[in-house]
Amino acid sequence: MNGKVDQQWLLKVEGLTKIYGSYNENTVRSTGPEFNSNICPETNSIVACADVSFELFPGEVLGIVGESGSGKSTVVKQLYFDLEATTGAAYLRKEDNTLISLLEESNARKRYLRNHFMGMVYQNPREGLNFRFSSGGNIAEKLIMAGMFNVQNIRGRASALLDRTEVPVTRMDDKPASFSGGMQQRVQIAKAIANNPPLLFLDEVTTGLDVSVQARVLDMIRELQRDLNIAMIVVSHDLSVIRMLTDRTLVMKNGRIVERGLTDQILQDPQHAYSQLLVSSLL
Amino acid sequence: MIDTPKYQRSYHYAFIDETTKKEIRRKLLKAVAIPGYQVPYSSPEMPIARGWGTGGLHITLAIIGKDDVFKIIDQGSDASVNACNLRDFVQMTTSCKTTFDAMEATIIQTRHRITEEKLGKDQIMVFQVPQPEPLRDVERYEKKTREMHAEMNYAKMWVSLYEAYVKYGAIMYGAGYPVMVNDRYIMSPTPIPRWDVPNLNDSECIYLFGAGREKRLYAVPPHTKVEPLEFEDVKFEIERFLGTPCSITGEELAFLDELYEDDGLKKYVISDSNYLDKIRTGQLVHQHINKYLKAMAHERES
Amino acid sequence: MASKVLELNGLGKEFTLRILNDKRIAALHGINLSINKGEVVGLIGKSGSGKSTLMKCIYRTYLPSSGEIWYHSDALGAIDLATASDHEILHLRKQEITYCAQFLSVIPRVSALEVVMAGLYGRTNQSGVGALELASDYLARIELPKELWDAYPSTFSGGEQQRVNVARAIISNPKLLLIDEPTASLDHKTKNVVIEMILELREKGTSILVISHDTFTLERMCDRMVELQQGTIITPLISV
Repeated sequence: MNGKVDQQWLLKVEGLTKIYGSYNENTVRSTGPEFNSNICPETNSIVACADVSFELFPGEVLGIVGESGSGKSTVVKQLYFDLEATTGAAYLRKEDNTLISLLEESNARKRYLRNHFMGMVYQNPREGLNFRFSSGGNIAEKLIMAGMFNVQNIRGRASALLDRTEVPVTRMDDKPASFSGGMQQRVQIAKAIANNPPLLFLDEVTTGLDVSVQARVLDMIRELQRDLNIAMIVVSHDLSVIRMLTDRTLVMKNGRIVERGLTDQILQDPQHAYSQLLVSSLL
Repeated sequence: MIDTPKYQRSYHYAFIDETTKKEIRRKLLKAVAIPGYQVPYSSPEMPIARGWGTGGLHITLAIIGKDDVFKIIDQGSDASVNACNLRDFVQMTTSCKTTFDAMEATIIQTRHRITEEKLGKDQIMVFQVPQPEPLRDVERYEKKTREMHAEMNYAKMWVSLYEAYVKYGAIMYGAGYPVMVNDRYIMSPTPIPRWDVPNLNDSECIYLFGAGREKRLYAVPPHTKVEPLEFEDVKFEIERFLGTPCSITGEELAFLDELYEDDGLKKYVISDSNYLDKIRTGQLVHQHINKYLKAMAHERES
Repeated sequence: MASKVLELNGLGKEFTLRILNDKRIAALHGINLSINKGEVVGLIGKSGSGKSTLMKCIYRTYLPSSGEIWYHSDALGAIDLATASDHEILHLRKQEITYCAQFLSVIPRVSALEVVMAGLYGRTNQSGVGALELASDYLARIELPKELWDAYPSTFSGGEQQRVNVARAIISNPKLLLIDEPTASLDHKTKNVVIEMILELREKGTSILVISHDTFTLERMCDRMVELQQGTIITPLISV
């Protein structure tokens, strides 16, 4: 780091749109925050998100905040290939400066990208973990998919990761079903960072956890982000999570981005009516 | 009543009608063309229940001809009840010669064992398969397992091997150890013991697999690479019988059955009944050669 | 000789309250101000005159409504902070500009020592001394009792919290320091220590904008003072 600004984004999203159901040329135009609705009046299709564009730089943490129906989870699910986008593009810049057009890749390539460049932590541990495998086995899955076929190495790396995420290594061979919610999340995080991805998605990861547990998980994520310099997208409806973790924030409503800016600016000087409403509703 | 020989017979030759046989043969060709790939097929009704060898029977009856010599074994034995019944059935519907001798047969139908003797290029081995999908234990849904095969996404399988190792100290698969065929498909070799698995590799004969209940056919053509799944540091091993020889022949380098006498004592006997007979009567045998067997023979010398 | 580090041209800030039918509240207008390298400028004025607002506009916590904020960056050259991209601002905040608010924003499970060490994160301009040693050194200087170093600041008194906050800001050794009420709620002795530390920064070439109510602090620290009244600068005072 020589003090010069890194002008090259890691991830660039352009016009990402997801519509459920059949739509026509008026669908996107007739939905959104001005209409307070995601549903197209003509075709009854649901515009989960539309025209979402943003850039993410290496080592940066971007928050996406919004309430139910805002489309925040939809954005991240499309980037992680859990959902297929309706239209739009997303580009990932590799270390050698080549660009990958994420949404146009084949299934096999998408799997490769997911294993080597991305990590995802879901709100529900059952989505991110296989409860029929042990916690070490879950991490092993990621390592094997990246080409590690040596059992001792796998166990070594898995225990290091569990240790890093404050999961007792003695529980490495236990199934996650026997863990507390907070520990399940931490196993998910260990699995997500197993292959040192440059990009990590966190979708409502502390929602539903006890407050003290929440603090611990969030704190751990902050440390990890600092130590590994991972770029993250943090999706949350909770502004205090956004405050704690993110550098920049997008505010979404009815599938559109209504405001974007530095997190402290969004929290202290929100411009859009909806952002002001959200911030003033902070208990 | 149509007055031609074809319609005078109560059953078709080899029981199955020619159109269906044609379909099965075409599917077999596809299976041979894509080693290890499970091909769906019609699996027609047979006079035996599902789960009793209909798949193997389908293949046998689809390919057998008047000049074929048929052998059938069940866990290595020609004389088990089911083997006898199926042999009688095939004999009755095809009028072809049957034999116990592995070297004499042209088609060998088998349940859960490969013959101890190595088969040649004019022989076909037909397996009866209970569960053709090797990934079934780690993934319940057919849709997903098909995707996994299509995309060669076998991570879950590998993790289950890892878990087995962690739990039991070794990759313990009693029978049906998963294999990688032609560097492309993971295949279930049916519940054959680990002893037999290396003998699938680089064979001279054709191996055909039929799962009647699941309606799948697959194949391993001659000289195909078949490798048991293993980690860099946790390797595949065959069963050891050094120190527990066959109580009839004294043989240690063959797959032995573990039997209990009436007085409760354990004894070991060669599982392949034809092989046992040949050794007992001092005949010449052509046993399989593979690196695991060689290593064991080596160990016995030292 | 002195080079300009910060130059505000006609800076204005207006808040629009959407919930109250777009009611506008003017906070700042027509602000012209410049700060040179190594200069300490004091910002004074009554409560509500717009001092904190001005500082937050420079730091971009508030979005300026009009005018320009020219900052001469080492990495980016002359850049208008009012219109710079988020990414550029983040870079500057990490490397060159530090803002120390009036109150410590507490993050759970981070000890006082870690808070101060966080001030060093990402900075490239530090000596070979380890972060831990440096942070301990600063905590010792601001006389935070040693047993509190590993404790969580949420349980500290206001004065203790602010001392930790200030230590974090100073340890980051920025090019531009924006500091809001650094010596409020401190006793005389600790006040002197904090003033010392800020002046040390000035020696190293840091430019400082400081808000304070405390005449003693202002007289010790500032080269120049600027007074705000109802959102605009009135007669700039030249101090001794």
